[in-house]
Amino acid sequence: MNRITQCLQTLKESNRKALVTYIVNGDPVPQATLKTMHALVEKGADIIELGVPFSDPMAEGPSIQRGHERALEHKTSLRNTLEVVRAFRETDSKTPVVLMGYTNPVERMGAETFATLAKDAGVDGLLTVDLPPEEAPNLIERLKSAELENIFLLAPTTSDERAEKVISMASGFLYYVSLKGVTGAGHLNVDEVNARISRLREQTSLPICVGFGIKDGESAKSVGQKADGVVVGSVLVSKMGDLADQPADVIAEQTAELISPIRAALDEL
Amino acid sequence: MSNDNSKQSVDFNNFPNESGHFGQYGGRFVSETLISALDDLTEMYERLKSDPEFQREFDHDLAYFVGRPSPLYFAKRWSEKVGGANIYLKREDLNHTGAHKVNNTIGQALLAKHSGKTRVIAETGAGQHGVATATIAARLGMECYVYMGAEDVKRQAINVYRMKLLGAEVIPVTSGSKTLKDAMNEAMRDWVTNVDNTFYIIGTVAGPHPYPKLVRDFQCIIGREAREQSFEMIGKLPDALVACVGGGSNAIGLFHPFLEDEAVAMYGVEAGGDGLETGRHAAPLNEGIPGVLHGNRTYLMEDDDGQIIETHSVSAGLDYPGVGPEHSWLKDLGRVQYVAINDQEALAAFRNLTRVEGIIPALESSHAIAYAEKLAKELGPGKNIVVNLSGRGDKDIHTVAEIDGITV
Repeated sequence: MNRITQCLQTLKESNRKALVTYIVNGDPVPQATLKTMHALVEKGADIIELGVPFSDPMAEGPSIQRGHERALEHKTSLRNTLEVVRAFRETDSKTPVVLMGYTNPVERMGAETFATLAKDAGVDGLLTVDLPPEEAPNLIERLKSAELENIFLLAPTTSDERAEKVISMASGFLYYVSLKGVTGAGHLNVDEVNARISRLREQTSLPICVGFGIKDGESAKSVGQKADGVVVGSVLVSKMGDLADQPADVIAEQTAELISPIRAALDEL
Repeated sequence: MSNDNSKQSVDFNNFPNESGHFGQYGGRFVSETLISALDDLTEMYERLKSDPEFQREFDHDLAYFVGRPSPLYFAKRWSEKVGGANIYLKREDLNHTGAHKVNNTIGQALLAKHSGKTRVIAETGAGQHGVATATIAARLGMECYVYMGAEDVKRQAINVYRMKLLGAEVIPVTSGSKTLKDAMNEAMRDWVTNVDNTFYIIGTVAGPHPYPKLVRDFQCIIGREAREQSFEMIGKLPDALVACVGGGSNAIGLFHPFLEDEAVAMYGVEAGGDGLETGRHAAPLNEGIPGVLHGNRTYLMEDDDGQIIETHSVSAGLDYPGVGPEHSWLKDLGRVQYVAINDQEALAAFRNLTRVEGIIPALESSHAIAYAEKLAKELGPGKNIVVNLSGRGDKDIHTVAEIDGITV
């Protein structure tokens, strides 16, 4: 069984919520990434979402945009991201790693090459923000054959009918975008999110994680009431930017520290 | 793919297909939040396209607000000076707001009006599309926000002020390379946030489906007029068409109505910047490879890691790393030849046309003018070339003066 499915199933059985944490590979400096991944796991992250830097991160708010820019200053590429995952696997064979990024770097590498290399490096799934499933038949197949999960987004604007179609092509978990906006936006409506999750439950048995706009224990807890997990990204990336001048150990430690209250809040559920 | 059989078997009017693809190009590469807005837009456009009332409204605005039809002008002195084929200019520079861009903004603003959305947004490079959008927004009483790269805001101060006079808010974009591509990223971010009340008026034949199609359809007025005018003035079809290609809306507007006229050769002219051999240019169809950016698959300027690279051109309107997906398809089919003209050649053509014909062309259009000079010599006397003079050069006076070392 894929690590993602295994992880979410285990959490569910013990009535716990998944904490998914997002950072950008190479941000703010390449040597910080691996250390931060391990530190996040230590502080209670269940799944690591590793951002693949892209020159045009269309769906990101200012915090994560800057993260991509900082990472690109160090020429961190998709290939390099796979190497970081490989290094992570040397000491952590359990925590699922999802790559999150944009279509073009994957397309440039080629779907087949990507699937092979990603599997080999220890990646568990791919979420491509600007790739709706209907544009991705080839990539979906390649990932499936390599036993990697195809993680897709659902949004408040996604119709029930369309959700059905997306769900049929998704695996691992569904990523529900909590609001109309970019990552890190500040107008989360918890009631709306929870109502939609309830409706989605009737359409799928896949776990549902909620992201965009979750920045602290309180917002995590309110969304975690219905969802199987929450995704935290912008607050971490923003912190890493602030710590850019610090040694990698300090960056890792202080960034990971931010998730402790979120973990605690989720565990109260 | 570029053999003669494939050329003949393509029905150009059937593309894009229902999912928005031109062969492998085009499509819809956007975040999930925007899919329903694009579905709604597609549905509304398909309905209104065949609605005589909508068409009447569009035609009326083109006639009385823009001043169409734009003339096809025989550039006699210039043709004689070049000493080859006869060169005709399709005078889009005479449109209200000074470029072809307004044909499209009027069409999309009418769609916005029908959609009931009260807020329009746009991206702009040189500022022409921003000005055209601000203009139509003023006329229709809509709230208008224009995203413009901070670099371009500096380069195009006059257009920025024009937009402000027209009541639009110009938002400088400081992310990435601070140019047109980043302005488009930021406009997409605005749209995803305000999708309920906002209509995004994209300025070129790029972006996610249905934009490449609807922008093309609105710009096809250029080619339809040029085709009729050719018959009136020279009694037959021209031998060749020439247009500059950034995103490619003026080019597709001229070319599309002629695509099935096999005898008409077509040349899309990309920005060669410092020269293709230097790597500092904006010529994805000449030097790029297919990839995905801004909602569609198309030829792009990118590095080995799939990162989009910075482009270079003296003309802000051509300074873009992608190109409309239909052009990528037409390139692969071999129906249109894509060539490049560098900054120096474009500047020479700018001066040349200004002195010989009394017409100051936009620096974008100057690329087409420069290539037409080469082509006219090659084709020789007795042949006829139609060049899209897509915009006027008033906005570029500062840029050219600066190159001349003059402060205006």
